[in-house]
Amino acid sequence: MKPLLSIEDLHITFDTPDGAVEAVRGVSLHVDPGETVAVVGESGSGKSQIMMTAMGLLAGNGVARGAIRYEGADILGLSPARLNRIRGRKVAMIFQEPMTSLDPLFTISDQLCEPMRVHGGLGRRAAKAKALELLRLVQVQEPERKLDAYPHELSGGQRQRVMIAMALTNDPDLLIADEPTTALDVTVQANILRLLRDLQRRTGMAILFITHDLGVVEAFADRVYVMNGGVLEEHGPTARIFGAPETAYTRMLLDAEPEGVQPPPSADAPVLLSGEDMTVTYGHAGGFLRRDTRVHAVRGVDIALHAGQTVGVVGESGSGKSTLGRALLRMVPSGGRVVFMGRAVPENDVAAMRPFRRQLQMVFQDPYGSLSPRMTLAEIVGEGLRIHKPALPAAERTDQAVAAMESVGLPQHMRNRFPHELSGGQRQRVAIARALVLRPEVIVLDEPTSALDRSVQKQVIDLLRALQKEHALSYVFISHDLAVVRALCDYVLVMKDGEIVEEAPARTLFDAPKTDYARALMRAAFHLRDMLEEAEQECRTTQEGLHPREIRRPSGS
Amino acid sequence: MSDAMIETPTVGRSLWATAMLRLRRNRAAIASLVVLVCLVVAALIGPSLTGHGYDKVYPEFVKVEPSLTPYPRQAEIVPAAESALRRARVAVEDITLAGGIATVTVRSERRAIDPRITRYLDRSDVFSNGRIVSTSEDGRSAVMEADVQRLHFLMGTDANGRDLFTRILFSLRISLMIGALASGVALVIGVAYGATAGFVGGRVDDVMMRIVDILYSLPFIFFVILLVVFFGRSLVLMFIAVGMVEWLDMARIVRGQTLSLRRREFVQASEALGASGGDIVRRHIVPNTLGTVIIYLTLLIPKVILLESFLSFLGLGVQEPMTSLGVLISEGAKNMRNAPFMLIYPATAMAILLFALNFLGDGLRDALDPKDR
Repeated sequence: MKPLLSIEDLHITFDTPDGAVEAVRGVSLHVDPGETVAVVGESGSGKSQIMMTAMGLLAGNGVARGAIRYEGADILGLSPARLNRIRGRKVAMIFQEPMTSLDPLFTISDQLCEPMRVHGGLGRRAAKAKALELLRLVQVQEPERKLDAYPHELSGGQRQRVMIAMALTNDPDLLIADEPTTALDVTVQANILRLLRDLQRRTGMAILFITHDLGVVEAFADRVYVMNGGVLEEHGPTARIFGAPETAYTRMLLDAEPEGVQPPPSADAPVLLSGEDMTVTYGHAGGFLRRDTRVHAVRGVDIALHAGQTVGVVGESGSGKSTLGRALLRMVPSGGRVVFMGRAVPENDVAAMRPFRRQLQMVFQDPYGSLSPRMTLAEIVGEGLRIHKPALPAAERTDQAVAAMESVGLPQHMRNRFPHELSGGQRQRVAIARALVLRPEVIVLDEPTSALDRSVQKQVIDLLRALQKEHALSYVFISHDLAVVRALCDYVLVMKDGEIVEEAPARTLFDAPKTDYARALMRAAFHLRDMLEEAEQECRTTQEGLHPREIRRPSGS
Repeated sequence: MSDAMIETPTVGRSLWATAMLRLRRNRAAIASLVVLVCLVVAALIGPSLTGHGYDKVYPEFVKVEPSLTPYPRQAEIVPAAESALRRARVAVEDITLAGGIATVTVRSERRAIDPRITRYLDRSDVFSNGRIVSTSEDGRSAVMEADVQRLHFLMGTDANGRDLFTRILFSLRISLMIGALASGVALVIGVAYGATAGFVGGRVDDVMMRIVDILYSLPFIFFVILLVVFFGRSLVLMFIAVGMVEWLDMARIVRGQTLSLRRREFVQASEALGASGGDIVRRHIVPNTLGTVIIYLTLLIPKVILLESFLSFLGLGVQEPMTSLGVLISEGAKNMRNAPFMLIYPATAMAILLFALNFLGDGLRDALDPKDR
């Protein structure tokens, strides 16, 4: 069979102030009509750059050599006008970030209809009818109403569906999807993947799927290309790659699945930190000329953390789990009682709170946002010392900061470097060192591994484990990633809409979840493949297969 | 991947260093920087090197054309000597010129020649060092010598006979000073005010920003006239007036930046460490707004210079004999028909200065933009 898209010996070089950087070095791959091909690799492996080049979206300082053939014709270096005959018509692309890929100033219908009217020459009414049909196709609920909605009125999953609808406007032969589900909750991810699979069955398009998530690849792709540092490590059918990986790198990726379990604390371990009837409400009550804008992010949650314990808090985005973590440290105005080592933690009082801050630390989700870009690593790590031990001489402060950096595996010569020079994993290590330098008792970890590659994630988890043992730390671990929670926590709270719907020791919860909500989360996280296969079965059995039943969703997507 | 950078050097490259690297590749910005440095140096030491005081008046050389050859012209020397000696009530018998020295033979019918007669020559801008070489026996006639001045007016002279080149250099000094000082005032007040308002937020922010709005609504010219009426014209007043107006923009910009920085996780991380508000503003907020602030500053300086020129043009600015580019241009505009050079040269100097500052500002904006990496 003649390949739909073939890339031959592609080299991509970027001209940077530090000299030329070769991001992609001689990659060849091909996609046949109707198949699903995945390109996997960690961030920085060059996988996205290949797709950007194929779509003619290479950054200004990049140069590409080699050949990219679409149905045999070389499209590399075509003028934008000629490329547009293929781009958007034959080949469509969906991007990672559904929040920023839609223009916030236009309604969904405007954005869907415009390309149809401009390229397809459709009239206003015809375009709108087709837009509605597309929204039905991508299974957006209440499509008529959503046509007139603005992007901010839609959830992440719905936006990604709209993006897919836009990509499908001109019935493409090839859909390039660049991490289309990475920013979404697992349950939403499962729905989107199901939708893509379903659309593929019906339209016969090929899908080129770029991701770093091997779970998705195993469930979704026919063939896999593994990339590492700009070169192709290996490629082959999915079953072969997962069953018998040939290279050490692929094996490492496959082994990066977090493992191990956390033993429960001894029965007589005292309660270190507890929150009783925690509530967090954003916005203000209604009144004269004011609408009631209150949002109850956390409502009446009890949480107790024993010494040496790791309590996991899981839930989808918007369930209030991050807010709960912040409320425990009194970083947001919150109601309820927080008790740390028998003393009540005061509410909304910065000065009275300061003595507690030394012992209650936090690590944030985004390793790119949580480090001040204008400070060196030693300054960042040493900041806590500056606040809590102002008498400490500067040299000593640096020494202690460097010691903390070394304890998280950052060599001491990095002390004068700046955050933007570091990889994501290194940054998260700096954030952990900053929390550690004050020798705290409790660290609240707010999605500390979500922005990291699996293999780096594993390193961070191992580090957290080692530090817990060494310094007798207790963690509150907030995450939507159930695999990580299973490996790291001994007690888990499941949150939904600001409330705890289920709590149990980790093993009990993961083996036998009681509530439907927890079950749906587990299924989407651990049994993605079964779910997709089930969907296909359904597809074959239902005659038309147009509207396969939505899988059970805990809340509206 | 996480430890891939081990063999790189110990000292990191800060965002500033990266920005400098990118700025260096921007030819227009670097050329502007060079021009700017030249202008500053010229403004600082130039006026003392031209040989003319900025307030020195040459009554004989009013509105002379710019020229590379020295004044007075050869043909003007003899008439100049004649007119200088006319008041001395002596008969000029002969004037000869040789190698920059004028030899004048004078004769008096009634009384002996007073040796002090040379002062008439010295009094003229054309001659200097007048001396009596010989006197006839009856004392009624004498031969005087005087050095002929060689005055260079590269850009001509103004309506009062002052060297325009010197005055332009001097006015550059004043304009740059106003630009730097008024911008400095705006910078300090604006950053402090904006960062405080943005960081504290809530009602404090509301009140602080409404004050800014009220000050915004004051007409600038009205404000300046009021100041001038109460305090009289002075240079210091200029700084205050311009600084008072320009910090408002700065405060708004910094407040906006602060609002977005406030939500960044590194600020929350610092709060989680227990840092006080002042610490956070000083160590996290202000350093991170500096990129934007510097860009705005390079665009503010030309704005301030223009503002000063505008005030001076209206006659509300600096006072004679001090001058600024605005004053010079204003005078040039009045003499546009008979002495166009009086407008062209100061206007060109102003244009070069503003171009340089604007190009540099643009270059800095590109260099400091984190998105363009």
